[in-house]
Amino acid sequence: MAELTQEEVRHIAFLARIGVSDEDVARYQKDLSSVLAYFEELNTVDTDGVEPIGHITGMTNVLREDVAHDADEDTKKRIMDNVPQTRDGYIQVKSIF
Amino acid sequence: MIKELHNKIQNGEVTAVQLAEQYLGMIEQKDGPEGLNAFLTVTREEALAAAAAVDAKVTNGEEIDLLAGIPYGVKDAICTKGVRTTSASKILDNYIAPYDATVIEKLNAVGAVSLGKTNMDEFAMGASTENSAYGRTKHPLDPARVPGGSSGGSAAAVAAGEVVWALGSDTGGSIRQPAAFCGCVGLKPTYGRVSRHGLIAMASSLDQIGPLTQTVEDAAIVLSRISGQDPLDATSAHSSGKPYEHYLTGDVTGKKIGVLPQEMYKNLDPRIAEHITRAAEVLQEQGAVLQEIELPHLRYALSVYYIIMPSEVSSNMARFDGIRYGMTADDGADNAPGEGIHERYQDTRRIFLGEEVKRRVMLGTYGLSAGYYDQYYNKAQKVRRLIHQDFAAAFKKVDTILMPTTPEVAFKAGAKTDDPLTMYLSDIFTVAINLAGVPALSLPVGTVQEDGVALPVGGQLIGKWFDEEGLLNIADVLERSCAETH
Repeated sequence: MAELTQEEVRHIAFLARIGVSDEDVARYQKDLSSVLAYFEELNTVDTDGVEPIGHITGMTNVLREDVAHDADEDTKKRIMDNVPQTRDGYIQVKSIF
Repeated sequence: MIKELHNKIQNGEVTAVQLAEQYLGMIEQKDGPEGLNAFLTVTREEALAAAAAVDAKVTNGEEIDLLAGIPYGVKDAICTKGVRTTSASKILDNYIAPYDATVIEKLNAVGAVSLGKTNMDEFAMGASTENSAYGRTKHPLDPARVPGGSSGGSAAAVAAGEVVWALGSDTGGSIRQPAAFCGCVGLKPTYGRVSRHGLIAMASSLDQIGPLTQTVEDAAIVLSRISGQDPLDATSAHSSGKPYEHYLTGDVTGKKIGVLPQEMYKNLDPRIAEHITRAAEVLQEQGAVLQEIELPHLRYALSVYYIIMPSEVSSNMARFDGIRYGMTADDGADNAPGEGIHERYQDTRRIFLGEEVKRRVMLGTYGLSAGYYDQYYNKAQKVRRLIHQDFAAAFKKVDTILMPTTPEVAFKAGAKTDDPLTMYLSDIFTVAINLAGVPALSLPVGTVQEDGVALPVGGQLIGKWFDEEGLLNIADVLERSCAETH
């Protein structure tokens, strides 16, 4: 297949939310294209009528009751201690608009 | 090894605190950034407290578990409550896990003594531990070489005697390949055998936690204590509860061992091929029957793996957003012009994720994106079914399959870092096992000389789904017979 274009690489980086420099774009273009070329061997495998596999050990749906459990105060503190920015006990984020 | 130490603790020949001090002393002597660099965090105080609790039980005349008081290491991809858990990534540089993984809860309950967290490739992405954001781990026999990866810290720590055993995780060979390089035993259990709750996810349909140990019996002992169904991991499976070490009968008479046709070995170090052939003969001498098997789709496993794995990686890595935990690229300015949440995500991930992680996220994002899903992910899931069917057909004929763990012995640091594809090719014999979900174990079957050092060769035994009993029994016999012939 043809090499990825720089626009495609930038688009993927945007979808993946990874900031990229011009140098990064050139490097990803080369690295990703060589790996994608390697995948071409799969086109030689006949998969007509083969279902994509789901769960590998054949397990089917595992259900549980949909009940919320409160965590103890220590656990809540340990979770909130990991949050980079909080305000009044809430997680603070940048404006999304 | 574990049984021996257990007896000493139970009989009062040695205390658990003395044992912990002895191994902590080995870490102090051999580890650190200038040394092996197998450990990222050493939890000395917690270890000594856990050991003292075991000693109190012994003093009280209580029976203790086989793992009680035995020092072990934990791959840093596994969450440990109140202890820094980085997965060897800068993005989790300041992360203190708020809870214990299920495996850690189980090990705490039996009194196992963790000495700390071991080094790895960042988020388990790599085959050499060179992708750690905290410096590479060195091979215990030759510091110029790699210990394998991604559980390279765990393998090096076990091989160097810094711990008796260690936990690793295996997505495409990350327990078995470093075990092979360092000369330990590494077991990847059947998918679902061990709960993944608290394992920082890499590729969820492939990941599995397992032990790296010095003997097959030790692997059985650890597996008995970490396996079982867990409501916190819906993919975890029920187990019988009978300890795996009770299945080591020493008898493989009539067991059928599947071996690959010789042409499958054409890209293999011929010295490794020789050791694998010899291991098969050793099992035959013990009464097992060799049978050639076909795994026609094995040659496509690497392509399938390098599509499915990055796809799942790209999804799992989405949680590192710089908002809920971990590092964030915050400039302090609140909503400066042009600085919205997208910029925050992009900056955080650009700065704090390593190169290989970003490369795989990019690859997976591409493979799942509109217009390419059928060509890559869907196609790969179809071929994955064919690989699964190959193993199912083979296991109708044989009890276990023997093949190499790796195509070469421990390579030199820097030898494969320039081209991602050559590093990926190291996984050729290991990835198919994760794609099929079967259990597999690597054990030392010999050595080859490189630069005057005898480097270990790993033999890989593959078992039927949820038949760790049969797999461990055959591995135990092979291990004992190899020890006799050397």
